Amino acid sequence: MDQNPVQPAEVDGRAEEDEEFYMASQWQLMWWKFKKHKIAVTAVLILLLFFGVAIFADFVAPYQPRSRHTGRVLAPPHSINFLSEEGGFNLRPFVYGFDYSIDMQTGSRIYEVDQDNKIPIYFFVRGEEYELWGVLSSDLHLFGTEEGGEIFLLGTDTMGRDLFSQIVFGARISLSIALLGVVFSGLLGMIMGGISGYFGGKIDNIIQRVSEILRSFPTIPLWMALSAAIPPQWTPVQEYLGIVLILSLIGWTSLGREVRGKILSIKNEDFVTSARLDGSSTPRIIRLHLLPSMVSHIIASLTLAIPRMIIAETSLSFIGVGLTRPAISWGVLLEQSQQTRHLISAPWLLTPGIFVVIVILSFNFMGDGLRDAADPYSSLTE
Amino acid sequence: MFFDYIVRRLLIGVFIIFIISIISFFIIQLPPGDYLTTYLAELSAEGQRITPAVEQRIDALRERYGLGDPFHVQYFSWITGIILRGDFGYSFQWNSPVSAIIWGRLGLTLTISVSSLFFSWIVAFPIGFYSAVKQYSIPDYIFTFFGFLGLSIPNFLLALVLLFLGYQQFGVVFSGLYSSEFAGEPWTREKFVDFLRHLWVPVIVLGTAGTAALIRVMRNNLLDELQKPYVMTARSKGLSEFRLLLKYPVRIAINPFLSTVGWMLPFLLSGEIIVGTVLSLPTIGPVLLESLLGQDMYLAGSFVFLLGVLTVVGTLISDILLALVDPRIRYD
Repeated sequence: MDQNPVQPAEVDGRAEEDEEFYMASQWQLMWWKFKKHKIAVTAVLILLLFFGVAIFADFVAPYQPRSRHTGRVLAPPHSINFLSEEGGFNLRPFVYGFDYSIDMQTGSRIYEVDQDNKIPIYFFVRGEEYELWGVLSSDLHLFGTEEGGEIFLLGTDTMGRDLFSQIVFGARISLSIALLGVVFSGLLGMIMGGISGYFGGKIDNIIQRVSEILRSFPTIPLWMALSAAIPPQWTPVQEYLGIVLILSLIGWTSLGREVRGKILSIKNEDFVTSARLDGSSTPRIIRLHLLPSMVSHIIASLTLAIPRMIIAETSLSFIGVGLTRPAISWGVLLEQSQQTRHLISAPWLLTPGIFVVIVILSFNFMGDGLRDAADPYSSLTE
Repeated sequence: MFFDYIVRRLLIGVFIIFIISIISFFIIQLPPGDYLTTYLAELSAEGQRITPAVEQRIDALRERYGLGDPFHVQYFSWITGIILRGDFGYSFQWNSPVSAIIWGRLGLTLTISVSSLFFSWIVAFPIGFYSAVKQYSIPDYIFTFFGFLGLSIPNFLLALVLLFLGYQQFGVVFSGLYSSEFAGEPWTREKFVDFLRHLWVPVIVLGTAGTAALIRVMRNNLLDELQKPYVMTARSKGLSEFRLLLKYPVRIAINPFLSTVGWMLPFLLSGEIIVGTVLSLPTIGPVLLESLLGQDMYLAGSFVFLLGVLTVVGTLISDILLALVDPRIRYD
């Protein structure tokens, strides 16, 4: 007879990594499962890049968003070259400058590439001065040109402002408004859904009816009506908070419903009943037993709610009832392309839309990965 | 049983409409001051003399709509006007009763939304079916990708891109719902054909996101069904694959299509407001926007109210259809 103590891992022939698997915490399991979702991981990386750009907007953008280049109204995007027309290869990328003439019939400017005017692009170049986050003053930019040169990666708008710089600054507002909106509507949804699911009965009934009405209502007209009522004399900050509030007042319902459903399904689980029999107070049960088993689902749903917020803000600002200049969001930037004449002659005005789609796609993929990972015990054997 | 169910649903519907009317009236009351005060201020700012005739008219309007009365009194006179006389109030921007403006536009908005709904159904059904039956095939991945993309493009952006492409490729500006020579003409065969020729742009723009969502719904439902034991039983008994699929799993998977009306309709009506504005359609969108920006609140409030009523009615119809089609629904 074997005198050694029994090693369970040896008995059923499992390797050591399996043991690691069974010892792992819930969060570790989720992380492993999320990592397998390659598209979701890529999406996270893209989003990190966008947030980084938004945070360091002043540094990334070659120009301040409101500085106007009066000679360059509606100039097309510069294309970056490495090869000069003689065929020589330059390690330092450069753009060609523009010449313009005025079309006598339409009065619009026609830009022509000036092959003789090579403008080299420098990295970490000194340019327009700025104050990062209102405290750090500097004039260092990620890239740019020397004094007298110009670079418009995505062209300029109707006032001669560099579109790329505006998009970089617009990311700040578009991304933060969506995040704030989701945080607020998440809080509201959790409170309402939590009360509804935990207490049940009459309160549940009332909250459910309210959320049903809000959900059956077409949201855009409601949002439009509420944001049109924002007084025009409000400062951009007040306007911004107002929009966040309006978005979340109507947006909480789907999360509320989910939280309620989740609570209903776990509040009668054995571990909750035992806790109650043990004499735990309601807040303690909610905090220690209900919340931890829901947090992952809530995070996944919140992520999937962000795209809706971005679409809402962008749409409202686009038709002119959301944010307005001087605030710069992607929706505000797209507003210019509402005029068919600009859309046709300057299609690059649509480029903020590409960024909107990339961000929404990324959040959707990330949310999808999170939702799969949120329940790490669903497929232990995978 | 079934009759009771319908009556109960109707009563709930009426109650929800009542709440919606209060919200709508709240929106009407939202801007500070009333329109008549603004209007008078504008007149005097333009240096016009306020003649006794003008004053009289304004007093009459103020009297008629009970401006200055407390909220519930004003609400009561507003809602009874709608129910008893079909009077939705007065549009100060258009200088005409609201009811003269809304019906035609509401009809077109509804036409576009319902067309988009059918478009989504027709496109999503075969694609969802295929994706589920051939799960993890290359077309399935392609459809899934386009589904994600369709969900990620805001309506108005898609409209803008189509506008631009239409001009660049064909030299046409896709806007409006009929050619200019038909504007204001009565409906004839030619106008209807012309109308259909314009209709597809907003229908595609509006339908894309919904289609993407429906494909996923159809695919997931059918996949769930296909895993059930009865499918395996049928297969082992030698039922042909085609009959096996169509006879039961598809029938069950299709039920959610009917219940989608409940969330698709508000979603489509919402989207139509934006798309209508971008494509300058003669629908509710542009007028609602204009009335909100100009604080023409009776017009704006009526639109919000009617859009709400439409969605309640749509949801009701879909609930009743669902109860008829799916015998498993319990009537309580």
